[in-house]
Amino acid sequence: MLAYIVRRLLYALPILIGVNLVTFALFFVVNTPDDMARMQLGVKRVTPEAIEKWKVERGYDKPLLINSEAGGLASVTDTIFFEKSARMFVGDFGRAEDGRDIAREIGARMLPSLAIALPTFILGLFVTITFALTLAFFRATAFDLWGVVLCVAAMSISGLFYIIGGQYLISKVWRLVPISGFGAGLEAWRFLILPVLIGVVSGIGSSTRWYRTIFLEEITKDYVRTARAKGLPEALILFRHVLRNGMTPILTQSIVAIPTLFMGALVMESFFGIPGLGSYTIDAINAQDFAVVRSMVFIGAVLYIVALLLTDISYTVADPRIRLQ
Amino acid sequence: MQFQIVVLWSDIFIWLLVAFGLIFGFLASRDERLLVSWRRLGENRIAMASATVLLAFILIGLLDSLHYRAQLENKPGQKAVYAIEVLSVLDALAAPLRSRNEKTYSEPFATRLYAKETIDVPGQGSVRDYPRLKHGGQHLGEREDDVAADAGMTAFKAGALAFIGWLAVFGAVATVNRKKSPKLKLREAAFAWDAVLLTLLLMLLTIVPLFWLSGYYHVFGTDKVGQDVLYQILKSVRTGLIIGLVTTLVMLPMAVLLGIVAGYFRGWVDDVIQYIYTVLNSIPGVLLIAAAVLMMQVVIDTNPQWFSTAAERADLRLLALCFILGITSWTGLCRLLRGETLKLRELEYIQAAQAFGVSSWRIIVRHILPNLMHIVIIALVMDFSGLVLAEAVLSYVGIGVDPTMTSFGTMINNARMELGREPVVWWSLAAAFSAMFILVLAANLFADAVRDAFDPRAA
Repeated sequence: MLAYIVRRLLYALPILIGVNLVTFALFFVVNTPDDMARMQLGVKRVTPEAIEKWKVERGYDKPLLINSEAGGLASVTDTIFFEKSARMFVGDFGRAEDGRDIAREIGARMLPSLAIALPTFILGLFVTITFALTLAFFRATAFDLWGVVLCVAAMSISGLFYIIGGQYLISKVWRLVPISGFGAGLEAWRFLILPVLIGVVSGIGSSTRWYRTIFLEEITKDYVRTARAKGLPEALILFRHVLRNGMTPILTQSIVAIPTLFMGALVMESFFGIPGLGSYTIDAINAQDFAVVRSMVFIGAVLYIVALLLTDISYTVADPRIRLQ
Repeated sequence: MQFQIVVLWSDIFIWLLVAFGLIFGFLASRDERLLVSWRRLGENRIAMASATVLLAFILIGLLDSLHYRAQLENKPGQKAVYAIEVLSVLDALAAPLRSRNEKTYSEPFATRLYAKETIDVPGQGSVRDYPRLKHGGQHLGEREDDVAADAGMTAFKAGALAFIGWLAVFGAVATVNRKKSPKLKLREAAFAWDAVLLTLLLMLLTIVPLFWLSGYYHVFGTDKVGQDVLYQILKSVRTGLIIGLVTTLVMLPMAVLLGIVAGYFRGWVDDVIQYIYTVLNSIPGVLLIAAAVLMMQVVIDTNPQWFSTAAERADLRLLALCFILGITSWTGLCRLLRGETLKLRELEYIQAAQAFGVSSWRIIVRHILPNLMHIVIIALVMDFSGLVLAEAVLSYVGIGVDPTMTSFGTMINNARMELGREPVVWWSLAAAFSAMFILVLAANLFADAVRDAFDPRAA
């Protein structure tokens, strides 16, 4: 197991290097640092001196890939690529436009982001699996039919409407929870409950339908027939045997959910004013802060790769037949 | 009226897409296996009903994809001068909607503005009251309270006219069917005519009264700058369609080519392609899109000389967004096709072809590609609704379409401020919600039916 994890982590390295190269190409090959400086300075203040000053202050005055002026190792290390991209591997993300250290900012914002993403993910998984199993239990009845119809309708609604509608109804009209903001420590739950609820509700439609298909496929298998022949109650068959056997595809689906969790968090955090990574990214996009966006792309990729690994490990927990070597 | 035709890049793409669709339809009608699936789709009532709705949306989008610049009035002998504003055929058809702007918010079917203003009333001096709208309900004159009766009557007349029009269509369809197979009733025909006709009736009964009434009222109200919300909805349709359709056009060649090549040649080719899509996959889509859009914005801002009108700039940004979305979304289909090709190339008839010395590319084109067609078709229709939804979110985040371009995303974005107002402005959100819901629901239902009809496992 340990050898497997180490090997997987080594596999992750070339992928991270690839991500790094892609973001580097995106940010520095399409545009020159001069273009970025012009963008940041705004139309009125653009002078050649100002651009030069901007570049020197932020370390964009170096050559892109190879510094022919510096000798020895410095010809590779004293470049934009090394300073801005390669250093990310050791957690050095540089500074944002407002001068703050990006790595520290990310550290501080990780917790609020997790406080939304984790409950949404776990609660969502629980609710949708239960709902899907219930639909599978009542398969081919009117309840099942209407459940599926509702799911299709629910997944046709844009996530933005769930947020706007939920915020309007629950916070503004009924005044149950604050509209937006974030509190420290345990006080935070009042601010978190609505985003989590909306996150769960908006995911019900598509996930339930997907899980229902998995369960229905599982139900046609031989072991279910055997269990029925033994006289086990249908509910027991479903909630114990079918659920356990359907777990592998569900876990696979969960990996796909992790990047969308990021997408959901992006909008959710900015809507509810939660100081997490999502709102940090949106603010950076609006302020056209290239350094922050570049770092977030890298962090996002790291999280994704870690999530993939976790999924593979969770397979062995769900299904003892799977041995990782 | 003189005019100058303007061809935007996205227009070219969307009309190319129509042409491709027609060519593909022609080719598909000659392929026996696909034809079976298409027939199965044609029998499906839900599929045909949602296809009718989708066609209506596509028609609006196509009308909005024929652009021109109107000639300004000038003295004879002078060189023709054209308006800076780029209009479309849809704009011309909906001219009253576009031009009859109020001052600011007004409710659906309102005759007065939503905010109080100081107005001069003869005999009473200045009074703070809700002023009358310039266009909404003007024809009522003094009978301002009769809105319900007047609107009801107009809607009824329009509905009756729509019904007569529908009866004509119904009669035509029934006659043609009767000629083909005299004994068969419409309900039992091989094509789900009954669903199409029923949907058409429902659509006509809503659309015709809606447009008739929109000549007298702002049926969905007006927005902050007094623009009719119905007009904005119509304009949003094209944006949504382009994002949904052009993106798939962009990703399709890449996904098909790389997927088949990886699966067929295996070895280092497979490794390289797998590496590329794993790298792209491991960056969360939104972030990759955000980074790319940010960079594109720099390019657009540093090269203002490329664009002669604001519409062209917004259009280029829209297309760039499609390309970026395409680049981030080809990986899923590519992986599916690779897996399927790996399976196909081990089949006996392909091995036989290889033994006969048929070239690899010929095998791919003649034997592998046709056998993957169903996966491609399923993936295409399944992706569409997701892309329309993604556009709304991206525009909200500020990395979607140009802020000057009307889209569902920008409409929702404005609605957020409107819900915070006191009293609440709800209508533009409700209208955007309904239009988007109908479009995406129809697309989802159609996609489901396509999957059922084309998935060989389901058959």
